[in-house]
Amino acid sequence: MKVALFVTCVNDLVFPGTGRAVVQVLERLGHTVEFPVDQGCCGQMHANSGYREEALPLVANFVKTFDGYDAVVGPSGSCVAMVRDWYPKLLPDAAEVAARTYELSELLVDVLGVTDVGATFPHRVTYHPTCHGLRMLRLGDRPRRLLAAVGGLELLDLPGAEECCGFGGTFAVKNAGVSGAMLADKCQAIAGTGAEYVAAVDNSCLAHIGGGLSRAGGPARPIHYAEILAATS
Amino acid sequence: MSGGHIVARRPFPVAARAELGDAQLRANLRKATHTIRDKRLRVVGEVPDWEALRQAGAAIKDDVLARLPELLEQFEAAATAAGATVHWARDAAEACAVVTGLVRDTGAAEVVKVKSMATQEIGLNEALEAAGIAAVETDLAELIVQLAGDTPSHILVPAIHYNRAQIREIFSRNGLSARTDDPPALAEAARRHLRAKFLSARVGISGANFAVAESGTLVVVESEGNGRMCLTLPETLISVVGIEKILPTFRDLEVFLQLLPRSSTGERMNPYTSLWTGVTPGDGPQTLHIVLVDNGRTETLADSVGRQALRCIRCSACLNVCPVYERVGGHAYGSVYPGPIGAILSPQMSGEGANRTLPYASTLCGACYDACPVRINIPEVLVHLRQTGPHPPAERAAMRALSWAMRDRRRYTAALRAARRGAAPIRLVAGRRGAVRHLPWPLSKWTSTRDAPLPAKQTFREWWAHERA
Amino acid sequence: MSARDEVLRRVRAARPSAPVDVPRDYRTVDGGADLVDLFVDRLIDYKATVRRCDPGGLAGAVGELLSDASAVVAPAGARAWLAAYPGRVLREPLTVTDLDAAGVAVLTGCAVAVARTGTLILDAGPDQGRRALSLVPDRHVCVVHSGQIVGGVPEALARLADPTRPLTLISGPSATSDIELNRVEGVHGPRRLDVVVVD
Repeated sequence: MKVALFVTCVNDLVFPGTGRAVVQVLERLGHTVEFPVDQGCCGQMHANSGYREEALPLVANFVKTFDGYDAVVGPSGSCVAMVRDWYPKLLPDAAEVAARTYELSELLVDVLGVTDVGATFPHRVTYHPTCHGLRMLRLGDRPRRLLAAVGGLELLDLPGAEECCGFGGTFAVKNAGVSGAMLADKCQAIAGTGAEYVAAVDNSCLAHIGGGLSRAGGPARPIHYAEILAATS
Repeated sequence: MSGGHIVARRPFPVAARAELGDAQLRANLRKATHTIRDKRLRVVGEVPDWEALRQAGAAIKDDVLARLPELLEQFEAAATAAGATVHWARDAAEACAVVTGLVRDTGAAEVVKVKSMATQEIGLNEALEAAGIAAVETDLAELIVQLAGDTPSHILVPAIHYNRAQIREIFSRNGLSARTDDPPALAEAARRHLRAKFLSARVGISGANFAVAESGTLVVVESEGNGRMCLTLPETLISVVGIEKILPTFRDLEVFLQLLPRSSTGERMNPYTSLWTGVTPGDGPQTLHIVLVDNGRTETLADSVGRQALRCIRCSACLNVCPVYERVGGHAYGSVYPGPIGAILSPQMSGEGANRTLPYASTLCGACYDACPVRINIPEVLVHLRQTGPHPPAERAAMRALSWAMRDRRRYTAALRAARRGAAPIRLVAGRRGAVRHLPWPLSKWTSTRDAPLPAKQTFREWWAHERA
Repeated sequence: MSARDEVLRRVRAARPSAPVDVPRDYRTVDGGADLVDLFVDRLIDYKATVRRCDPGGLAGAVGELLSDASAVVAPAGARAWLAAYPGRVLREPLTVTDLDAAGVAVLTGCAVAVARTGTLILDAGPDQGRRALSLVPDRHVCVVHSGQIVGGVPEALARLADPTRPLTLISGPSATSDIELNRVEGVHGPRRLDVVVVD
């Protein structure tokens, strides 16, 4: 299957390792990954912050860039939710490509029918289901099933897992105090699991959580789950 | 035109900062919201047709909004035929004037009140006090708030921000003695305090959860029996009803009497629900006034995306699941409608004051939409309302610049490279995880509570171009 | 322009859309398991007491239940159930002070009952009387015949003869969730609810 990688702007600039991990996992499973270089930002930050007009050219660019691929995969619950849930409302022409755009776990589990991707990651990991993956994409337990199949990985339950971490895009700066209070509770829950890593499907939430963990000085570190699925030793 | 207690005086982030500093408040809210979340999930989980009920509830309310002119006239005619007098009010001030005049006509100096969001919204108690009429709140939580000289912080449980020990202390300051701070002892104290008032009251004031157009019937859903007292014992009953409370038919109650109790108090059914149609000789008040209030509802109705907020049945499920509400409580929202529904309802009903900061008081986590029994897509409306601002000029300029750069490959690649290079000197001073503790304004708002990540040494597209292309 | 005309004008001006079709895919009939057992279970869950008897045992059960009441208020249609009650029976007209006297209980029937929610629905019928009767006394004894018990709320509302009569839905004794969002029984309505289910 020919899959187009929608890496997302945050991953492109700050977390390129997550993009590389998606490429590794899919190639290991025998698929061809393409990276359409015309892609940019999906426009989520603009649309969610009240800048629809500024988001629309980005939406149009996405639709043009990813037209014609069998499947588009993005390692981000919120960016994929933007494409799938919001694009058709913003731009009627986007409906077709939106329907073929998947978060990584959907592509692996639903489209490719795989839960064991042949990874090994001998560490204690807890999983935070990010809000847009959970409540917009309804990813359910797909990411957890993928993680549970990783060799050597001990998956630890996160208390209050489904509670928002407090990121919320520009909310994190517009309402930094409330965001920080939510983050403190999330970090405390993570620390309580004794995990070495907290995994999630969104690096934006993980940047926020990781920033809190690092500030608090605890041992747990953030990791995008694609990087765990790519690991072989 | 609208008014009353739906206008925030301080921007949400400012008000929230004050509330966040109150550790006792946070502990009280956490305990109460988590208790109710678990109960709601349990009783909703035992209803196999819950989703079908939500679909029906949303559709009935949408149908009401579509046919509101006819349904209001139908309700007015049916209620009038059954012996009620129907009044109309454009805004809070007019509604208060109507009610105050009606109470004055009875000569009563005191009224007993059923908990009602509509009367809270219009500021009725203050209007009555100004006219020399004492308004006695009889719902336990409303009574606590009134005795404390405080304002409500929750739609269903206005005193949610107090724990049992604080409630006992408020009671004691006001001459109500409770043996202990056990909830049954506190309830007993309220019963003793209000009993004589109920039995001698001449005028009762209520809102209504539902108003049935075909029959003119009003419905009040409650727990304690204070509602039944106020609706049954006085000679005169005045019910203040928002125009969106209409349901077309009696049958429609079969949906809402299932959705509301499970969503609000997490009960299969609330202890008491009263339905009355006009006046019944020999049973209950013999004079019934109904005041239909607009107060910003028609402005909300005119917005094709935002009008879904008028489906709201005031259950509070969205407050109880909201992580933002849980941290700051209701007062931070500056309106009698706090939490997620308040963040979309208050600014639509009134664009005054700091209400325009409310749509930003959310991470868009979507827990409210999942919990809403009438499927109000609160995140969608929040995003919709953010379109209208306020947009700080610097933010607008940055968003425009980012959009301009990110829609074109060459500009985008150059921008990424510039960001990566710009970060290089910061990396030299970053911590052991490559995390940054302090950034200059406006990024300092990020590093005020958490470390910041840095751009990678090589962007993904640079890696791809290097390794793959 | 009057307030009425002005509000109606605004509503018409904002008028959003065509009427909406309402999907009613929820359960309107809820039979299944033993409804009487379910009803009893739900009553007990909300702290009502329950006695079950056959029609012949009704008067005895009611008499026994009310043995510690100082007086019993009984609307005309409920008085037959008091055959084995030796105490004082209060008849209308009654003042609220009469109803509020210590130790007074009220005995009523109901119009219909809902198993799934443990709800009694009173419609001011001859065995129920006006609303104040089942409200002011601190104890309410309600007789429910098994044929009056339906599964869910839709069936119960459909069974009411005249929905414009004063209606009261009662689910357990008076309660509140206002303190820390926990339900506790006993506020302004009757603090004790006894239900006699006649099989």
